[in-house]
Amino acid sequence: MILSSTSEKPVGVIGAGNFGTVIANILAHSRKVLLYTRDEQTAVRIKSENQNKGYPLHANVEPVHDLQQIATQCDVLFPIVPSAHFRAMMRQLSPYLQPYHILIHGTKGFDITLPEGQSLENVTKLTRQQVKTMSEVIQEESVVVRVGCLAGPNLAKELAQRQPGATVVASHFNEVIQLGKRLLRNDRFQVYENNDIVGVEIAGVLKNIIAIASGALSGLGYGENAKGLLISRGAVEMVYLGRALGGDLKAFLGVAGIGDLVTTCNSPMSRNFTVGYRLAKGEKLPDILADMTEVAERCKHSAHCQKNVLIITKFALLLPTGCTKCFLKE
Amino acid sequence: MELLEEKKNKNRKYEPILEGIPDWPVYQLSKNRKEFIELVTQQSIIRIKALRPTRKQLIDDLEATAYREQNRIKRNRWRVDPKDDSRFWSYVKNELVELSSKDPETTGPIVDALLEKIVNRYANEIAGNFKPNSYRFTREVVKFWFQRLLNGARVKKFGAFFRNQYTLRDKIQVVGKVRMLRDLAKKGTVIMVPTHFSNLDSILIGWVIHAVGLPAFIYGAGLNLFNIKIFAYFMNSLGAYKVDRRKKNLPYLETLKMYSSLAIQKGAHSLFFPGGTRSRSGLIEKQLKLGLLSTAIEAQRNLYQQTPEGEVRKIFVVPVTLNYNFVLEAPDLIEDYLQVKGQDKYFPEQDKYGSMELLRFMFKFFTKGSNISVSIGPGLDVMGNYVDEAGNSLDPQGRIIDTRGYFISNGSITDDKQREDEYTRMLSQRIVSEYHRINRVFASHLAAFVAFEMWQKNILNWICSTCYACRKKTWNWTITNTARPLNGFEKGFTN
Repeated sequence: MILSSTSEKPVGVIGAGNFGTVIANILAHSRKVLLYTRDEQTAVRIKSENQNKGYPLHANVEPVHDLQQIATQCDVLFPIVPSAHFRAMMRQLSPYLQPYHILIHGTKGFDITLPEGQSLENVTKLTRQQVKTMSEVIQEESVVVRVGCLAGPNLAKELAQRQPGATVVASHFNEVIQLGKRLLRNDRFQVYENNDIVGVEIAGVLKNIIAIASGALSGLGYGENAKGLLISRGAVEMVYLGRALGGDLKAFLGVAGIGDLVTTCNSPMSRNFTVGYRLAKGEKLPDILADMTEVAERCKHSAHCQKNVLIITKFALLLPTGCTKCFLKE
Repeated sequence: MELLEEKKNKNRKYEPILEGIPDWPVYQLSKNRKEFIELVTQQSIIRIKALRPTRKQLIDDLEATAYREQNRIKRNRWRVDPKDDSRFWSYVKNELVELSSKDPETTGPIVDALLEKIVNRYANEIAGNFKPNSYRFTREVVKFWFQRLLNGARVKKFGAFFRNQYTLRDKIQVVGKVRMLRDLAKKGTVIMVPTHFSNLDSILIGWVIHAVGLPAFIYGAGLNLFNIKIFAYFMNSLGAYKVDRRKKNLPYLETLKMYSSLAIQKGAHSLFFPGGTRSRSGLIEKQLKLGLLSTAIEAQRNLYQQTPEGEVRKIFVVPVTLNYNFVLEAPDLIEDYLQVKGQDKYFPEQDKYGSMELLRFMFKFFTKGSNISVSIGPGLDVMGNYVDEAGNSLDPQGRIIDTRGYFISNGSITDDKQREDEYTRMLSQRIVSEYHRINRVFASHLAAFVAFEMWQKNILNWICSTCYACRKKTWNWTITNTARPLNGFEKGFTN
């Protein structure tokens, strides 16, 4: 039985990457925050240096390396780990989770489960049962049902500089949305609500593909006309695909859809954009990946940059504008 | 095939889990019927006032209620409706008309009194009337006559009528997690959620509940069934409460939900047909009615709230599927189904079945060598998690979890309607997936389905060759219907 109220309990952030660290700093304005990293040394290092990934740490943030500790001390957790490790992380965390926990994740990506012996390169068709969003992974792997997600044009660097920005907290549960708003909102950071969590999650993933293509366009030396075409038609594709996967139109028109799309497609700071740009300049993917300190979200765990594109095209959907893969190949 | 069916069924007999009827929660409920109705009335009024906080909103709702009720009386009267229905509602209407001419300051008590009258009337109509003697009597009558008919029809010997070679147990197969159901009923309150194909379902389920040794459950039975006198008697004695699908107004729905929720909190095992109405197409329900289901979640939360520490009586949801070889009212159901599919928005709520049809069905039921199967699914908690025999909720990895946590926010149990609506939706999805897991397919279903598919193809070929213009339309129609009626064509097969 938990007697103390959440307002006295710390909030947990799982994953001390760029975004995780920045979110921990934002949360630290209103609460004590436990920031989880996988290994002990990193936790010790962050603590002694009082900074992580170049971002100074707020005094309220305490680095930890024990999942059980973070789960028992916090009722509210923000898992922000790469999608490739998300399910594994949830499996480790799950034994300590209780039905009263609330999870709001900030991971953009799909979780793909393929039958033995198949990989994304040789699979011919994917079904919705094999492709899961992170909120679905949380519900599959744990008893937590009150799940939310965080998405929007949130470049970690700009957030850290306290530039004005906004995000969306999406959940089926109003209480989760309100909680997210209470915890994250400040005078420089607006928080919007959405109850279509799947739509928001999908928008956050699909925009990355268009961003890679946008980087490629710039790399090829094409101008703003081409980019306007790419973004607008890309947005339409996102809507088609998103609806087929169970999202709603509104999520794509909001901050998490168009908002994030425009940001990532225009920003040389964006990892996906950079990958596309350098690919178009004739570099090889392994080389790009090797010397990028920030790796394109979707590329980290795949030998092939087009993994996203593969996933999408393998849904065997006939998209009216042709597929993004063709954009890349050109 | 015939040989298999004639084989003695291994269904065993179960001892009752509670010896005397006086111990049964449903009996306790009906013994204190008056107090219980009063409680339902008061609680419903509180709820309705919370939903309609201003007096203006409340009056608007009462006006809408009176208008709809008068419409119902004019257009769609049933035999079971009380004699003074039209008098009562014109009285309500007159009172409301008078209100508009009065000073708004003084209308408060009048509106409250009117609301209480309406809610109390509804509560009285809904409330069941379980009588132990008539329950026992019904039980014996059903058993005796079913057995006589069964033997008379099946045993081909002199004096077959009085033989005891077959019992209902041979006719109705109960499979699945019976022992678990019995365990759960001892530990907590069971809510059974069966699929719904036939008007006979209620009686069948009543028999099953008795046969596996459980105390009588309370049912939400369609008020239309009470039009048939013989049904009304059985239903009443089995602990049914009445659900009138014609009444969609706020006071009625809230009273109904409150009745169910409070009865569950008092420990009365309940039965919902979550499909809301009989499946017209023969498809298993995909969309469940969430109204009554939400009362299970609400009741569980209330129980946790009332006892902040320690053991709480848990509520278990048990999905059940009923499978017939043929359905009594199939022709009518098909007609209804086609009417809806045909985009005809008019949907008559009439039942043409009287005692004669019932007898004819009974005869068919006993003479044809077809069995009814009842599959009892595993127990779920109100969140749709599986439970073990001891009633503990389990997560997918088999770890025990505390259901209380689902209602905790900020460290304490809170009342959040939006959250519970979402939980109800999740629970209904879990029930539907359980239905698909435990459902049984009969030979007649398969035959009917294949026949239908063949027929459909032929018709299509014919249409396509004759008329290009409507081909597209027809295709659309068939595509939406591919996973289609099983019961629909059974009449043709059994006659």
